[in-house]
Amino acid sequence: MAVNRKSRSMGISQKSLKSMRRSIPRYPTGNYHPNKENVESRHRNARTLKWSAWLGWQMESNWADPFLFMVYSVAKPIAASLILVVMYSIIAAIGGGPDIGLFHYMFVSNAFFMYVGQVLFGVAQIVHDDREHFQTMKYIYISPSNYFSYMIGRSVSKMVITTFAVIITMAFGVFLLNVPLNIFTINWLLFMAVMVIGIFCIMAFGLALAGLSFLTAKHQGGMNEGIAGLFYLFCGVVFPVSILPSWGMSFAKILPITYWLELVRRTLNLGVGMDSTLSGASTAYCMAILCLSTLIFSIVALAIFKVGDTVARQKGLIDMTTAY
Amino acid sequence: MARYAVEVKNLNRTFTTKAVRGKSKKEIVKALNDVNLTINEGELFGLLGPNGAGKTTLIKILCTLLLPSSGEARVLGHDVHKDTNAIRQKINMVSGGETSGYGLLTVRENIWLFSQLYGIPSKEANRRIDMLMKELKLEHKKNSKVRTLSTGLRQKANMVRGFMTDPALIFLDEPTLGLDVNASRLIRDFIKNWIREKPSRTVLLTTHYMVEADELCDRVAIINDGRVLACDTPDNLKKLIHQDSVLKLEIRQVDNVTAFENIAGVRNFTHSNDMASGITRLKFILDDEAIVADIVAAVPKSGSKILSVQKTEPTLEDVFVALVGRGLTNHEV
Repeated sequence: MAVNRKSRSMGISQKSLKSMRRSIPRYPTGNYHPNKENVESRHRNARTLKWSAWLGWQMESNWADPFLFMVYSVAKPIAASLILVVMYSIIAAIGGGPDIGLFHYMFVSNAFFMYVGQVLFGVAQIVHDDREHFQTMKYIYISPSNYFSYMIGRSVSKMVITTFAVIITMAFGVFLLNVPLNIFTINWLLFMAVMVIGIFCIMAFGLALAGLSFLTAKHQGGMNEGIAGLFYLFCGVVFPVSILPSWGMSFAKILPITYWLELVRRTLNLGVGMDSTLSGASTAYCMAILCLSTLIFSIVALAIFKVGDTVARQKGLIDMTTAY
Repeated sequence: MARYAVEVKNLNRTFTTKAVRGKSKKEIVKALNDVNLTINEGELFGLLGPNGAGKTTLIKILCTLLLPSSGEARVLGHDVHKDTNAIRQKINMVSGGETSGYGLLTVRENIWLFSQLYGIPSKEANRRIDMLMKELKLEHKKNSKVRTLSTGLRQKANMVRGFMTDPALIFLDEPTLGLDVNASRLIRDFIKNWIREKPSRTVLLTTHYMVEADELCDRVAIINDGRVLACDTPDNLKKLIHQDSVLKLEIRQVDNVTAFENIAGVRNFTHSNDMASGITRLKFILDDEAIVADIVAAVPKSGSKILSVQKTEPTLEDVFVALVGRGLTNHEV
């Protein structure tokens, strides 16, 4: 009653107060919420998400002292950028001269492709690590928390670390390789929307691979790298999609990563116009296709995860340890 | 009417092994064969059987890790196939003989993480973790990384993880496997105290340590080759062979024990060699004590000499031998 009186004095309506209460997941305390089970479940999933993200961060960072981890985190993306410079030099030498537009295309595409490599590969690797290495998967699996929340939480840390790596790479490109990134001309709103949808899409792919990882042990690493390699080849990362044969271009056009990378390049104004396949398409069109293909792939990914989960439970693979 | 914590009806589980070209054919293995079982609420129930008997398969089905091939299994009134969420809120499991845990995290961090998967509020989680660590004498290691712990300490941490959620039903799959005497005793005492605290708590314990089952369990089911052979209180199980005599012999070590295998009136016979002391230990379950003379006479025939003779009361191991035809560690006869 005291809360109600206070809310009235603050000018908040009873309806909006109820709505606010419903939106806050909290542990049940007495007769507060009519649907106790739902509240408990929401509360559990929120905690699972938070603490699995924390676990992911610990796993990524806790293997070395903070200074060494910082050095590694900076050195790794810079080393990857330097490899790219070598690759570009060879392409330029073979192609008869430097093409700075192609370099910018490659640089920005590769920088943002780190999300695909790290998040997609990382999400699927969680199943393998928890089951075979840490032998904790069965205990997580039989807990009442949603396994999905756990996986998403774990992948959040990978996403944060990759974001750091992408920023380092871009900074290295701007300051040492003369990549002409102007942060004042970027459409930040569009960029953020593109990033959210793109990362959502990559995580969905990761969950699909995680579903398949339930059923495999030895082949899991190869499968993850194979899928990431497929995207690397067909989505316009090291060369424009227009270089691909016609069947390759058709395949590239159904992959959301192709549209995501194109939109990233457009919002950052780097390497734009290098790819004739999508140069005629408007940004709105690319965005619409990205959203649609992400939606379709997410539904398929969810189905694959569910099927993988059920088959693993049927076959007794949830706590499989193969020592491969 | 008694409420069942676990109710299993005609439960079957088969596994198909993969064929290896030129070496083995595809094979169907029956891990559980028409199992029927009920466990009352508040009971400490033991599943006793050798490796590969089906104990762990049954536990995996009951804790929703594995689906049955056919039959019905209900845990705390919920179907294992359909009501997994309802079951998972009320159960937990601890397996022995494994090295589970995130080695980079401390013991406390590991346990804390699992408390959050169950949505336990921070204050309550801290209270339970502290209490259980104290009871299991793990307090001094709470800030140590899991990777630095010995097998016994890891198992204690695993126990804290399992009991910290205060489950209505806990599955303990060989919880003292590979532990030293002191750690095993501590864990056994802890289990006994835990179930005494609340009458509604239920424990399903699998073990192949007969003494453990005898000491802890209200009722025991003996399982072999996926079948439940007997299920009763330890005392009632022992009464099954109470009319029989159990004779233990220690003789000078012999390699060939065929002289003892075909003596008429011997219901079951097991043997083990103690290489260090050069002794062979023989154990007979007899239909009639009159056969003792025949057994004693067979010793010199085998080229050995009697060192000691002892007639004992039946133990759960004797029941097991009588039902299964072999001991847990001995050769089949």
